[in-house]
Amino acid sequence: MTAEAGAGRVSVLRMGDILIAAIQQELTDESALALQQDLTEMAAAGARGVVIEISGVEIVDSFLARVLSEIAAATNMLAGRTVVAGMRPSVAITLVEMGLGLRGLETARSLEDAMAVFRGQAGR
Amino acid sequence: MTSVGSDGSGAATVAQVLETRGEQVAQQWADLPLFRNVYTTGRDAAVAAAHRLVRVLAEVARHGRLDDTSAPDFERVRPHLAQTVTARTRSGATHQQITAEVAELKRPLLEIVARETGGADGAVAAVELMGTLRVVVVEIALSEGAELIDRQRAQLLEISNPVIKLWDGVVAVPLIGTLDSARTQVVMEALLQAIVDQNAGMAILDITGVPMVDTVVAQYLLKTAMAVRLMGAECVISGIRPQIAQTIVQLGIDLGDITTRATLADALKWALGKAGVSVVVGEG
Repeated sequence: MTAEAGAGRVSVLRMGDILIAAIQQELTDESALALQQDLTEMAAAGARGVVIEISGVEIVDSFLARVLSEIAAATNMLAGRTVVAGMRPSVAITLVEMGLGLRGLETARSLEDAMAVFRGQAGR
Repeated sequence: MTSVGSDGSGAATVAQVLETRGEQVAQQWADLPLFRNVYTTGRDAAVAAAHRLVRVLAEVARHGRLDDTSAPDFERVRPHLAQTVTARTRSGATHQQITAEVAELKRPLLEIVARETGGADGAVAAVELMGTLRVVVVEIALSEGAELIDRQRAQLLEISNPVIKLWDGVVAVPLIGTLDSARTQVVMEALLQAIVDQNAGMAILDITGVPMVDTVVAQYLLKTAMAVRLMGAECVISGIRPQIAQTIVQLGIDLGDITTRATLADALKWALGKAGVSVVVGEG
């Protein structure tokens, strides 16, 4: 799946049973949908959690916010958790001003913290 | 404004007088309160400043723009006038006092104009010119006041919202005074930046100093808490007085699943507990 990734496409890495998508540039609507597709398929193949790292994203519009929520909802259905990590202050303010709270999403300060969320879950 | 400015003879007369008798006018002006009170270090400085103003007024008159407050010549003297106005304002003079002091400049000039020319044209033009100067000074005084207010408002926003580091990974903002949308924005930005800079996992919003919480203020608090949560940190609202708790309940405001505590101490205890830090009271 990642092999055929074109320009602007976000590659999804698997680390054990955790999927990591690190978004390093602004997402177009197409690549956001492609990411949703990839993540859902890979989650269906067996994953305990999904981490979406968005520290490289400076603009989150309502479409991307919805895609993130949908990814979380889909992963939840497939018995996983979705954690959004590394959101920038400006993005957080924009989302709140738009009235989008990203309901159902978990958040973490960094990729490291997000991984700790899953480690903590495994330890329990 | 018609007669004098348009035919130009009065203006030319005043320009003539200001140029030939400039030194005399400047000497007399330097003794008046406007210059005397500002240039306290020495009379020479006052004379120089007065002379500078005389030269500019001469230019304005020469160009026949007696009633034009936006005449380009005035621009050259604007910074100096602004300095004078600021200095007078700092020492406690009101706008009325300053304009009265500017009006005092008129008499010496009129006397000299009358002596030099004897005609009415020059006197009328001089009155008009000094009236314009007065308006320019008022404009400057007002814009100075507006600038001062803007600057103080910005300062107030900054000093009233410090983000305090209470513990490793625990930051707090003690909110004091009424929350409005501008302040909420500043608080939110400062708090989120502190979360990033200090890699803080807990943020405490202390509202002990907020006199009242209505639906709008509650909305601001919720927004801030939501933004903190989006960053991956947790948010506690502390300092909720019994009265405010009752108001919130009576207004039917839903604070959602945001953690609240009565005092900042309780909030800190909660945050430390979350971080796995336990506080032990030692003997003695």
